[in-house]
Amino acid sequence: MPKKILIVDDSAAIRQSISFILRQEGYETVEAQDGLEALTMAGTLTGLDLIITDVNMPNLDGIGFIRKVRELPAYKFTPILVLTTESQGSKMNEGKEAGATGWIVKPFNADKLLGIVSKVAG
Amino acid sequence: MIDKFKAAFREEAYELLSQLEDTLLELESQPKNGELINAAFRAIHTVKGSSAMFGFETISHFTHEIESALDQCRNGTLPITKDFIGLTLKARDHLKNLLEYDEPPPPELVAFGETLLVRYREFLSGGHGIHPHASASSPAGSGSPSTAKQGAIEVSPSGGPTGAGGARASDTFAKGGDLSTWRIFFKPKADIFTDGTKVLNLVEELASLGEAATYAHAESIPLLEDLAAESCFCAWDIILTTAKSENDIKDVFIFVEDHAEIRIERISEEGMDEEGRAKRLGEILIERGLVTRADLRAALGSQKKLGQVLVESKILSKPEVDSALVEQEHLKKVQDKTEAAAGSIRVASDKLDALVDLVGELVTLQARLSQTSLELKDVSLASISEQFERLIAQLRDNTMSIRMLPIGSTFNKFRRVVRDLSIELGKEAELVTEGAETELDKTVIEKLGDPLVHIIRNSLDHGIERPDEREKAGKPRKGIITLSARHSGAYVLIQVSDDGKGLDRDAIYAKGLERGLIVPGQEMTDNELFLLIFAPGFSTAKAVTTVSGRGVGMDVVKREIDSLGGIVSLSTELGKGLAVTLKIPLTLAIIDGLLVRIVDEYYVVPLSSVDGCIEIHASELRDLGERRIISYRDELVPFISLRSVFQAGGDEPEIEQIVITNSQDMRVGFVVDQVVGDYQTVIKPLGRMFRDVEGLSGATILGDGTVALILDVNRLAATVQREAGRRIGHGGER
Repeated sequence: MPKKILIVDDSAAIRQSISFILRQEGYETVEAQDGLEALTMAGTLTGLDLIITDVNMPNLDGIGFIRKVRELPAYKFTPILVLTTESQGSKMNEGKEAGATGWIVKPFNADKLLGIVSKVAG
Repeated sequence: MIDKFKAAFREEAYELLSQLEDTLLELESQPKNGELINAAFRAIHTVKGSSAMFGFETISHFTHEIESALDQCRNGTLPITKDFIGLTLKARDHLKNLLEYDEPPPPELVAFGETLLVRYREFLSGGHGIHPHASASSPAGSGSPSTAKQGAIEVSPSGGPTGAGGARASDTFAKGGDLSTWRIFFKPKADIFTDGTKVLNLVEELASLGEAATYAHAESIPLLEDLAAESCFCAWDIILTTAKSENDIKDVFIFVEDHAEIRIERISEEGMDEEGRAKRLGEILIERGLVTRADLRAALGSQKKLGQVLVESKILSKPEVDSALVEQEHLKKVQDKTEAAAGSIRVASDKLDALVDLVGELVTLQARLSQTSLELKDVSLASISEQFERLIAQLRDNTMSIRMLPIGSTFNKFRRVVRDLSIELGKEAELVTEGAETELDKTVIEKLGDPLVHIIRNSLDHGIERPDEREKAGKPRKGIITLSARHSGAYVLIQVSDDGKGLDRDAIYAKGLERGLIVPGQEMTDNELFLLIFAPGFSTAKAVTTVSGRGVGMDVVKREIDSLGGIVSLSTELGKGLAVTLKIPLTLAIIDGLLVRIVDEYYVVPLSSVDGCIEIHASELRDLGERRIISYRDELVPFISLRSVFQAGGDEPEIEQIVITNSQDMRVGFVVDQVVGDYQTVIKPLGRMFRDVEGLSGATILGDGTVALILDVNRLAATVQREAGRRIGHGGER
């Protein structure tokens, strides 16, 4: 069965390009444009194998979203990747503390994205 | 493809910049409004992130410093002044100008950007002089990461979509080459699962870097009643022989560094003793710091095996010794390998076939063992059965991997076909191959030969134009046929594409009408229509040539690929070329299947084509009436009852299951009584008598000895589609 991945980013261009790369490899993708929408989707969807989320977003940011979604029983152990532009550690640590599994530093290419996705989603 | 995203990026960036303008103007009247500052920061941040993604390096570099400044505004270390807003508005306009150009933008524009950045730096360093307060606090630094960053202007890691990865790869390559052996100890913290880390994935990823032996420390797993299921109690010793560098090994653990105890030591040089033999257990134990030389001498005094003595005398625990033994064995194995010097042997392929048959029998027998032990509820038997199951799975994978051959071995044959045929037809063409190293089951490769020859011939005969025609169409005289193979999950995708004249939709439609394959006015998707060229007796070639044109050939292709459980699809553009894609399962002998039941008959659905299972109540079925369509993941999926397909009789249970399958890029559901579970299936071909039975591709023997039939999902799905089409067509008339 194809793995299902939720992509959360307020930039449609980033969402679409990530989605495109992942679909090429046979993953199934769904998209949300901010943390709030993602949280609603997480509540209604089932069988998400991975969540990839940006940090800076309106309404509910990535860190807040991770904290909230980890509280849902179904997402206690779901891998979550944070998209970050900071090469410094602060956002990564903040993400880790909120319950993220790992991070992807922008800019990234398809190989790097797929490598990290298969690393955490298996 | 990237151009499409570039356009999307530009559109989005324009919108963000116009929002930024509004925000900045509002900020001017209420400079303390945190929400507005945030919005401005977010806009610039998003532009920076996505510009780097899509290769707009100048923009990404430029926005980086504005982002740092806005970040300080956000933290309150940089006050928002009229000047600052004025400068940022200018920066916004500059960004808008930059967006008009592809990389690299005109130099004068870049130079102008630099002058803006100089002014930003003045603000950041407080040199602007208006805000002594800010200048005092900011450089002093309070150690915040953003202050550290702006000191040395960080050049973003060469933005372009290939930059970062490429540099890393060559780095590894430079360091690699020679094999070294590493001892890696990995002990995750108990709470490691709570951030979604899949611990086993990491161990497996590590093992995939080279030749590995692993030892799992399971001694601290508590008894079942005390076991906290959400905690991790295991640790691993992994002995890895690889050409990769230490950094590559560290990279595996990049996300868990702070959540695990990780030790990586190189043991390569000392891996062998002076005479080049693999090390003895004692030496390994001393190296690990587990015993002293004195302990060792005392232990060696007795006649028993060293490890046993050390455990008995309570110097070491059994796991410690076992783990060291795993290392010793690994070193021996690596040594054996190097001694055998690329040791490969040739084996008659019938011996291999016999081995696969035997493994198949073992898999079947093992299924019976599992079931029997389950029924007997005998704990000791169950543990034997479980170990047996694991071994059989390994044996199966190993045997299957022996049968895998690179498809490239057949490619040469096709090159010859193209050469000979192009001379015969008076055309110029060249065969380009990609993915020759892609591995595929030996029997599959053998069966693929003929269909591929047919497809290539068809491309040459019907696709590639004569050299003068090609010149007239503005193409090079020489046509190119590309044959490529690549893996995609449990399938291999093989594609034959040409740069010829492509398929003519209208001509095929007309021909289809003439041959009575379609009815006038019938609506068809492109793929459906193009697939008509595989219908028996179909050919649109005006003149019949010796090569093709009689419509024999392409229907053979379809039949052969069907028999392999594969799928054919076509894409074409008139005047540009045709691509035929074959999606072929990796192996034919043993597959993972989903076992389902109808009345008291069992059937197996190949797991690779299963998308999901849903329940349906008899009442829902009644409500649907004649329509056999349900909604699944926002998609309308036609379904069919296998009970009626196989005329199984009996009464439907109150709750039935629908197995949703994915075939030919469309979903189809099959109603069954019960989904039993996943099942490792050894495929046995059906006898001669059943060759023409539709919808079945083989049979398998279950644990209790009964026979289960394996469904041919593609064929059945086509039936469902026809039925659905007929029903809809029927409804339309009424």
